[in-house]
Amino acid sequence: MELVCPAGNLPSLKAAVDNGADAVYVGFQDDTNARHFSGLNFTGRTFEKAVHYAQDRGRKIFVAVNTFPRPEGFSRWQAAVDQAADYGVDALIVADMGVMDYACGRWPDLRLHVSVQASVTTAEGIRFYHENFGVRRVVLPRVLSIGQVAHVVRESPIPVEVFGFGSLCVMVEGRCLLSSYATGRSPNTYGACSPASHVRWEETGDGTDTRLNGVLIDHFGEGEKAGYPTLCKGRFRVGEHVFYALEEPTSLNTLSILPRLREIGVSAIKVEGRQRSPAYVAQVTAVMRAAIDHCLQDPASYRPRDQWMRALGSVSEGTQTTLGAYHRPWQ
Amino acid sequence: MRLSIGPIQYFWERPRVFEFYDQLAHSPAEIVYLGEAVCSKRRLIKPEDWLAIGRELRQSGKEVLLSSLTLLEAASEVGSLRKLCGNDEFMVEANDVAAIQMLSAAGKEFVTGPGINLYNLRSLRLLARKGLRRWVLPVELGLDTLRDLQSMRPERVETEVFALGRLPLAYSARCYTARSHNLPKDDCQFKCLDYPDGRMLETRDGQEFLVLNGIQTQSAQTHSVLGQLPELEALGVDVLRISPQSQGSPRIIEIFDEARNGAGPEVLQQELISLLPAGACNGYLLQRAGMDHDDSQAA
Repeated sequence: MELVCPAGNLPSLKAAVDNGADAVYVGFQDDTNARHFSGLNFTGRTFEKAVHYAQDRGRKIFVAVNTFPRPEGFSRWQAAVDQAADYGVDALIVADMGVMDYACGRWPDLRLHVSVQASVTTAEGIRFYHENFGVRRVVLPRVLSIGQVAHVVRESPIPVEVFGFGSLCVMVEGRCLLSSYATGRSPNTYGACSPASHVRWEETGDGTDTRLNGVLIDHFGEGEKAGYPTLCKGRFRVGEHVFYALEEPTSLNTLSILPRLREIGVSAIKVEGRQRSPAYVAQVTAVMRAAIDHCLQDPASYRPRDQWMRALGSVSEGTQTTLGAYHRPWQ
Repeated sequence: MRLSIGPIQYFWERPRVFEFYDQLAHSPAEIVYLGEAVCSKRRLIKPEDWLAIGRELRQSGKEVLLSSLTLLEAASEVGSLRKLCGNDEFMVEANDVAAIQMLSAAGKEFVTGPGINLYNLRSLRLLARKGLRRWVLPVELGLDTLRDLQSMRPERVETEVFALGRLPLAYSARCYTARSHNLPKDDCQFKCLDYPDGRMLETRDGQEFLVLNGIQTQSAQTHSVLGQLPELEALGVDVLRISPQSQGSPRIIEIFDEARNGAGPEVLQQELISLLPAGACNGYLLQRAGMDHDDSQAA
């Protein structure tokens, strides 16, 4: 099982490589990738350094070009594909079928992975991308139970990558418009969800309101730690009750099911978080490396260690973690 | 422009479904999409029922299509999809790429629904080669993008716009209607039956914001393009889709029929708003936040 870690800048990339990532994934500094945040991502010179840093140490570097271009911007996505290919990256992570069509025609030797943003949940869907674009890996959305993942892996014509740790999308990726509905900025077209540009923190008489483009996402009382207003992780009223109607602030953590993921034949484990700090990348990479090594060497005696769980818990949203959709009762 | 009726997004009791389609037979809508596109646990209407409803509507002169499930998870859902795509009577609206794969492999023409991300010409042309007959503009795209796509769209491919309905915004493994009753999805007790237009989610300061519809999340406001019909017509849009709601759909269809035939929009607009459960929005079409509503262009 390959460990695939995120990097939003060069220090994070080094942290991932130095702590044992087999592959690091990055994006360019524009809307061609799904973590289009200011101050994040790579341009020409740092990108070149990143490629060398990873590859000189025998690690792979993947580039996410995983948003959906509209006609007027298509050339920007082509340029992103060309730049990644020119620098000899190990794979492109792509969501849009038009971009895949371009990439496989222009760069037939370039390895393509289907991004989680392509929203592919079945072997039939995987075959569409495999037959039409020769893709060589697929990243599954975080909506399948572990049994369903096993079934897809069994039927899939290509290796399967799944998410192992990080912030949890509770909606199927690539088909969630909540952020664009509230702010006009969409993960699909702009590469950001619940963007900071639309966030307002307001002190009220009895605490803090967090708003997204004016919409009240949550209210925190005195002494309650106010969290970032990610739209799907706010508290809302449904009927008589105010609660986390969609999901609580929580992160995905699969340490407890690593042996099962290995057993069913998952090829790679992905860590979410290109927007996070180098310290986060270092800590999560080190824990996941240790856990995967342990799991591969001796799956029968593998147990997640308390110190790993504590380390991951401390960098999780709301400092709590979940198995998400892998675990049926979560659904 | 022709009018289509999208698949019922909600879980309705059997009699309500049959009554809805009985009324539709006499409506000015030309196209009807049938089937369950949201949740595979909703099985009050069986596949053979849908085929029977389809045959009757076809007898009344309607073009009938079958809509496929949007989010596929279980192997059994893929099996049902295979049967749906294998039917020889009606064209299928693909809402997931698995359906596109099955239909194109069988050499069948198809329509793509709102669940398929077609954002650019290269994607459109690719699917046109695979048998795409008509596509629904992704709901978050606006008039500017539509204009670019229409100017160079492939020949023989028709364009449909989601014209009226609560917007399908997201799909999840989790059932939010069940969750709102503190139930897991596997024991949902079919709570969706209690909410024929979905269950309202409000912000803590009382703004009607979203609607929970099982594993689907919708906009609370109803997306309406009634004010933009002249622009859509000028851009060569072929079909306007109206999404069913539990009350008022027959009149809503007539309103769009009158508007496409040139009736003044101001009075129609007022009447339309009165038929919507929580008001209107049209921000997406105007390249803004989807929840925005600008009626200045209604006249």
